[in-house]
Amino acid sequence: MKKNLPIIIILILLAVLPLVGLSSYIMHILVLVIIYSIIGMAWNLLGGYCGQVSFGHAAYFGVGAYTAGIIYSKLGVSAWWGLPLSIFVVTALSLIIGFICLRLRGPYFALGTLAMGEVLRVTAENLVKFTGGDVGILIRERTWVGKIWYYYIILLLAIGTYLLVKIVIESKLGYYFVSIREDQDAAESMGIDTTTYKTIALCLSGAITGIAGAFYMNYMGYIDPKVVFNLHDISIVTIMVVMVGGVATYWGPTIGAIIMVFLAELIRSNPSLGAAHQTLFGILLIFIIIFLPNGIVGDFPKLRKLFRLGGTPT
Amino acid sequence: MSLLEIRNVSKRFGGLTALADVSYSLNKGEILGLIGPNGAGKTTLFNVVNGFYPPTKGEVLFKGEKISHLKPHQICKLGIGRTFQVVRPLRRMTVLDNVIASAFLRAKDKAEAGEIALEALRFTGLYEDRNVLSKGLPLGNRKKLEITRALATRPEMLLLDESFAGLNPSEQNELIDIIRQIRAKGITIMVIEHHMKVIMALSDRIVVLNYGEKIAEGTPLEIGKNPLVIEAYLGETESA
Repeated sequence: MKKNLPIIIILILLAVLPLVGLSSYIMHILVLVIIYSIIGMAWNLLGGYCGQVSFGHAAYFGVGAYTAGIIYSKLGVSAWWGLPLSIFVVTALSLIIGFICLRLRGPYFALGTLAMGEVLRVTAENLVKFTGGDVGILIRERTWVGKIWYYYIILLLAIGTYLLVKIVIESKLGYYFVSIREDQDAAESMGIDTTTYKTIALCLSGAITGIAGAFYMNYMGYIDPKVVFNLHDISIVTIMVVMVGGVATYWGPTIGAIIMVFLAELIRSNPSLGAAHQTLFGILLIFIIIFLPNGIVGDFPKLRKLFRLGGTPT
Repeated sequence: MSLLEIRNVSKRFGGLTALADVSYSLNKGEILGLIGPNGAGKTTLFNVVNGFYPPTKGEVLFKGEKISHLKPHQICKLGIGRTFQVVRPLRRMTVLDNVIASAFLRAKDKAEAGEIALEALRFTGLYEDRNVLSKGLPLGNRKKLEITRALATRPEMLLLDESFAGLNPSEQNELIDIIRQIRAKGITIMVIEHHMKVIMALSDRIVVLNYGEKIAEGTPLEIGKNPLVIEAYLGETESA
């Protein structure tokens, strides 16, 4: 109980946060933070714990978003049904991508997933009849005008994702994922069916990312291939979120999402820096890899020591 | 009936013949030493038995059933555990977690996996080090960890690939004791080793490979006198 106290306080704070009357802009930033922390947690499951570094998470995000968009635009069903439906669609996609990419190891897997993300973007751009192509999909009647309910929904999804990741990692699956990350051949000779367990990690990771994508469609009301299949804004920022926050830690993706989203807004709102935001992200990543290779959460003891040395000695 | 039977196994990598028509079998409960000069094909043979490589020709039978062409994890499930020549601990996991991960193979839940793991750690004497990150272990204990991890899969047969390399004499003696105790539990062992003292002390029978071919098979005494073995190790008598 005592151990859970900080988490409960954080949850209560998050629950009452929108009630203090934050501006629509701040609410939007909060929703973005939570979306990225969900995708980060999902990526972490596959990349952080299972060691399969994906550069193509935009594929799952985009397909999730388009699942919601297409049932709305083609079938006239509420796009909210896209959330449950995207689980099935994206899991099926994950199986296909897994079948192709999981036979590759290390950097080749990363390249394979990167290619899959781009393939899907080009497909969405050209499948005009189905996806509307570059025109995208627009939801004309939004569910809510304000952002509060969207905030609560994505917050619930984030809490669900957090719990799911925690349960998975502390179970047999978690042990198997980490074993595969540390040494695939050793894992295999310990009786672990590495192909199956990597596929499970990929499907879980993909499905969660897909739900986030489906939510994004509902939340933004507009998507096009360049936004939801974006290599930089989705695939690479997701990796950065996890790297900055802490690979293979429970809170890393959330901390990383807060830092990355606020940093991106800060840089973009400054006209003299705005154009250089990708460069600045790159520099940040280099610093993190050199000085905090385990991310802020992973290297927290190191950080605390550093500040104690620099600050007042106790 | 023999527990493991290696039947006319050949393994070629392109033009290189790593194993040529090797046949022998292991009886239940025995310790078989596999020796030979560097590059003789010992580890390749382990990789064939363990399922990392399918044999180019021939087959491997375990308890009368063909296991060549199965995957390593399936072969492990059937009851063959192995260790690696270059130790491969799961570095960023504690010793205990390493063993729990492999104990899950026979456990229905985490509690049972934990019990199996602790039992195996007590058996090999790593219990005190169970909360250490495995990358921080000294070499001797890493070798033990490999064996513990293999034991936690509850094998009927264990393949030990140079578990003694790099150990000091007292660690070697300790490990000889452990291996004898493993055999006392009824586990059959095939061991690759370079230390003649260790292999002579441990093995019931020895198989000698040279350039991928089996050149001798017999008790340690017979092998020590075999002219072909002496030639393989010390060179031809004329040129010596």
